[in-house]
This record gives sequence, structure tokens and C-alpha cells, in this order.
Amino acid sequence: MAAKAQGFQKQKRTSSILLNLTLSIICFIWLLPVIGLLITSFRNSQDIFTSGWWKVFPHREYQNTRQIILDPSVDVNGPMTVEGVTASFDEFRNGVTAPTGEKLTWYGNKRTRTIDVAEQKWVGFSAALSLKNYISVLSGKSVTFTDASGREVVTRGPALGSAFLNSLAVTIPATIIPILIAAFAAYGFAWLNFPGRKLLFILVVAMLVVPLQIALVPILQDYTRLNLNGTFLAIWLAHTGFGLPLAVYLLFNYIALLPREILESAFLDGASNFTIFTSLILPLSIPALASFAIFQFLWVWNDFLVALIFLGDKNRVVTSALANLVGERGQDWHLLTAGAFITMILPLIVFLALQRYFVRGMMAGSVKG
Amino acid sequence: MENSMGDKSKGNGGVGTWLLTNLGRILISLVVPIGLFVILWQGFMFLRDSNAPQLVLVLVAIVWGVGGVAALFWVTNWLVEKMPKEWTRRIQPFVFVGPAIAIIAWFLFIPVIRTLILSFQNDISNAWVGFANYIFAFTDRVMLDAFRNNLLWLVFGTFFSVSLGLVIAVLADRSRYETVYKVLIFLPMAISFVGAGVIWKFIYAYQGLGVGIQEIGLLNGIVVAMGGTAQPWLTQAPWNNFLLIIIMVWLQTGFAMVIISSAVKGIPAELLEAARVDGASEFKIFFSIIIPSISGTLITVTTTIVIFSLKLFDVVYVMTGGNFGTNVIANEFYLQRFTYGNAGRASAIAIVLLIATLPVMIYNLRQFNERRAF
Repeated sequence: MAAKAQGFQKQKRTSSILLNLTLSIICFIWLLPVIGLLITSFRNSQDIFTSGWWKVFPHREYQNTRQIILDPSVDVNGPMTVEGVTASFDEFRNGVTAPTGEKLTWYGNKRTRTIDVAEQKWVGFSAALSLKNYISVLSGKSVTFTDASGREVVTRGPALGSAFLNSLAVTIPATIIPILIAAFAAYGFAWLNFPGRKLLFILVVAMLVVPLQIALVPILQDYTRLNLNGTFLAIWLAHTGFGLPLAVYLLFNYIALLPREILESAFLDGASNFTIFTSLILPLSIPALASFAIFQFLWVWNDFLVALIFLGDKNRVVTSALANLVGERGQDWHLLTAGAFITMILPLIVFLALQRYFVRGMMAGSVKG
Repeated sequence: MENSMGDKSKGNGGVGTWLLTNLGRILISLVVPIGLFVILWQGFMFLRDSNAPQLVLVLVAIVWGVGGVAALFWVTNWLVEKMPKEWTRRIQPFVFVGPAIAIIAWFLFIPVIRTLILSFQNDISNAWVGFANYIFAFTDRVMLDAFRNNLLWLVFGTFFSVSLGLVIAVLADRSRYETVYKVLIFLPMAISFVGAGVIWKFIYAYQGLGVGIQEIGLLNGIVVAMGGTAQPWLTQAPWNNFLLIIIMVWLQTGFAMVIISSAVKGIPAELLEAARVDGASEFKIFFSIIIPSISGTLITVTTTIVIFSLKLFDVVYVMTGGNFGTNVIANEFYLQRFTYGNAGRASAIAIVLLIATLPVMIYNLRQFNERRAF
């Protein structure tokens, strides 16, 4: 009996190890892309181009140790014997492994008569990592670096620092404004009586999943007419408009469920609706407000389409600055990786710090248009 | 206000005083909102035209935007509460609800109608063209390709996101380190599509052929290490679509996992215990207890991701720009409107997207009606 229980315990432990192993592997695969990005962003541009980012970890690699100059008597057109290996010129050019474990590679064309000898050695313990890429991508100032062929190159950085500030100027109001407007509306729908109340709320529910593409063409017309394109106000309004249905819906679900007695006693004390709203409802709804705030913050910060259309090149935000970088400097991985990480850092911090609220908001919410 | 205007005037007597107090009130009622508008207008002009240091502009923008909205609410409410009580009672709800409704109407409801009208007009919206734009949207080679690709996104993207999310949720539920795993899988949710695009573009990077060239993209690195030849992955149709779909799966699995995970936790433990006592295998429990118990949640998650994949734009725009046979509907919308300047065709495409989401809209409305929240 005891033996059986022990066997069962053992089986349970193995399956638990297996389970955690599986999950760890999945998580590792999930994180690998980000790890690659992060490591690359700290490498200098020359290294990025000549080796994969995984080469920063210690590994064995062939390194040239010496050169052999062939005797003029050797016929380069026929098979040649060098260091105990016999091979043709083409084979040497692609590299031949000698019995000693060394690798023989022909240097240049036939006339050089030179063969590089490489030995496998451990490398990668002293990976050259620096913050240079970040400085160059943030500042927009001229930065000097050495390119793949060893030349000194001077380039202007893409000024992601200023895009970062713009993103803040877009995101903070575009998060708070819809929350404020939606909270007022949710209170109105939940606790005030007025004609057309149900019809108007049906409108809100109907607009929940409308794809925002539907609005882009007409709204752009309006903005052009009002000369609003490229202003912060334009993009705040747009994000407010696209975020409001979900905000009103979420906050209504929360505010409508607040205990009736609290409000009634406040009314009896002669408090006006405005006072009740600002001093009772808002403080009580903080969990719901926070959930939506994180949602909207991540959505606005990570948005690309709305910023691309309504801001364009003026007041460029991080996502469009990064997308622009992809277009203009698509091969400059030292800038792209550092830039991508700069766009990610703030949402990652917000997300990790407040993920509990985020998950709660997601459970309560539905689909955003 | 504590008293209506009429009461006060009678109490004080004398037409002159009455006129004076009320004139004062009317004046204040006019001056305050006008003053607010002037301040807000000045702020707007400053933000648009000033050459002040960027940090200053950003701070002013934040204060002006947030403060402005709060001030507008406060002043409007203050005005309404100054009115006779009956009026206040009638108008105040609209002060609360009005701004939200007005903005939703301007940015979503009216655009539906305006886009519908535009979709029957030509590229610069000055002549009617009948159904020409819809004929384009449903028969043009470009659009048919986009539809096919969107279908790939919809089927494979959704399937893999939901099933991976389901498997991870169920597995993580049994582990002691559940939270750690879930946060890690969920992490990509915080990353923008543009950022994710860069991350994955680097994974698919291709250096070209030549002596001594080392592949720097992870995928080609793995392929070469296993003895294969490096490929320019993103240009090879139709497989490049799947490489792009992987990005969406990477981003969306976390979402599916979190929602499904909480549904899995809702399954009564006794039910699972009873099945185990009866000797049911874990696979049998998974397919005949867990999945049926959370089918409602699975449907919700699937719908959400389906809608999401329909509107997908950023990934394709950043990775391939819709070239090499990877175009999707939302990207074609962007190209039509902003590259070719054809508002009519773009509007027709937007309406097609709207129609695709219509079933969900109807479902939402039905749910709302059944709940009888009102």
C-alpha cells in the first residue's frame, strides 16, 4: 500500500517536472524574439552585420591563426596537397578541414597562392555591448560609427527622443479625456432619467465593434476643413471617439451596480448630481477607471494607423517614427532594434506594474472597434 | 442653485434691484464661458504655432487638453445649475451624456452613413458612380488576393492563437509557477505592432548569398546551422503570409490564454476529481469536460480575434507593405485612400469591413436587450 502511494507520488513528481519543462520551453520560445532584439540593440553596427546576435554567447568559432603561401611550383589548376589534405582550388576556396581539425580556406583568387589556416577557438566572452545605438536613435544628433567595411561614417539619428515626448503628449490626454467623458456619460445613463436614454445607450452598444476604418475618410475631410490635421487636439478627439463606446459600456456596467443607498442618502443631503459624481462616484469607480485607463493607454501608445493618418509627419509619435525608420533605414538594425525597444519600454513597464487591472478590464470588456 | 431667480427678485422688491442682480448674473454667466473659450482658443493656437521647446509644448498640451475638458464640464454644469430648478433637472442629464454621444456620433455613427455615401462616389467624391467601387471591391484581382490572405489570417491566426492559448491556460493551471508563465506569454500584448514588426523582421532577416556572409536573422541562422540554405523569407508567396500570421499568434495567444484561463478556473474541481476517480485519461478530461465547460468563453475569444484579424493593418504595412502577395483588406484600404487618393474605393472597402463585423454587432445588441439593464 505504502509502496503504491510512493509510486504514485513519484509519478506525480515526474509529471510535474515534465509540465514545468514544457511550459518553460514555450515561454522561452515566446521570449526569444525579445531577447534577440534586446541583445542586438546593445551591439555595435559592425558586429550586428557580421554575426548573429546569438554569437555574443560563448561558442566555438574558427579563427585564422596563420597563412600558408604555396610554392610557385604547385599547379593551382590541379589537385594540391596542403597540410595533409588533397583538394582542388574550388574545394579549398569553400574551405577544407585538415586532419588536425584546422580549416584551410583559400584567400582571394588563384593568383594569391595563399591559404588561411583557421583553428576552432572559444570566443564571445567579451561581447562588446554599449548604449551607443540608444544615444544615436534618441538624440537626432550626428553620430560617428564604423561601418561594416571599417570606414568611419557620420549619420544623423532619427530623433526618437522627440517622438517619445510627442507620444506622451498624445497618450496622456487621449487616455484621460475619454475616461472623464465616459464616466460622466456612464453616470448619466445609470442614475439620471431623460428621454431617449435607452435609444442613446443602444447607439453606444452598436458602435462597440465598428471598425475605425469606417471613420477615417470622413473625419479626415472634416479635419482638413477645420485645419486640424497634425494637431494634438485632432488625435485626442479621434482616439476619444474610437475609445468612447467601450469606455462608456465598461464604466456603465460598473457604475450601475454601485449600491443605490449611497447615492440616495447623498441626494437627501441635498447634494447636486455634479457633487455626487465628483465626490462619490469617481472615487468609488477607481478600479473600473484604472482598468480602462491601462487599456486605452496601451491602445493609444501602440496605435499606428490613427497617428499615421491624423498626425502625419508633424508631431510624429514613436510608432510612426519607428515605422518610418523601417522604411528609410530598413537594414540599419542597430537603430531599428534600439528604436523598437524605446517604443516598447513604457508600455511594458505600465503593463507589468498594473497587469492585474488590465486583466480585470479585459474580462469585463468586449471587443473594441 | 439654492433658489430660483423669481423668488429672489420678489424678496428684494423693486424692479431696479431685480434687474441689477439678474443682469449681474447674466453677465457672469456670459463672461465665464467666454473667458474659458478664449483661454482654450489661445492654448490651441499656442500649441499649433509656437516654437517653444518641445518639453514645454508637451506639458502645455497635457494640461490644456485634460484641464480643458474638465473645465468645460464644470462650466457647463455650473451654468445649468444656475437655471430654474425644473430646467436644471431636464438639461443636466444631457450635460453628462451629451459630450459622449456627440463625439460618438461625430466619430463613429455619422461616418458610417457618410462613408456609405462616399462609397457610391468617385475618387474625389464629386460624382456618383453607382456600384463601381463595390464591383472593384469584390472582383478586382488585388482585392481577391487581399480577401484570400485575410481568410488565411482569420482561419490560421485565430485557430493557433485560441488553441495555443487554451493549451497553455490548461497546462499553467496545474503548475505552481502559473503567474510567471502567464505574464511571460502575455507580455507581447504590451508591444505595438510596429515594434513587433521590427522584432520579427529581424528574425526573418536575409543577408544574401556570398562568400563569408553570415546570416544574422534567427530563422536563417537555424536553417543554416541545420545544413539548409538561407532564404529571403518575406518575399516568398504564399508562405510569407504564414510567417506574418506567426507574429499575430505571438501577440494574441496571451490574450486568449488569460480569458480562457479564468474560465478554466471556473470549472468545479469536483467534476474533474470525479472524472479522475473514474479513471478518465487527462486527454479525455480535456476534450470531454474542459472544452465543453468553457465553450462560451471560447466562442467569445474566437470572435474577438476574428474581428481583430479582419482589421489587421500595421503588421503587413511594416513588414512587407502588402507586397509579395501579402496584401490584406485593411492595407488595401490605406493604399486606396492615402497612396492612390481614391476615396470612393477606400470607402467601399471600409463598408465591406463593417459588413464583416455586422453579425457581432447584432449579437451584442441582442445580448444587451436580453440583459434588460434598463
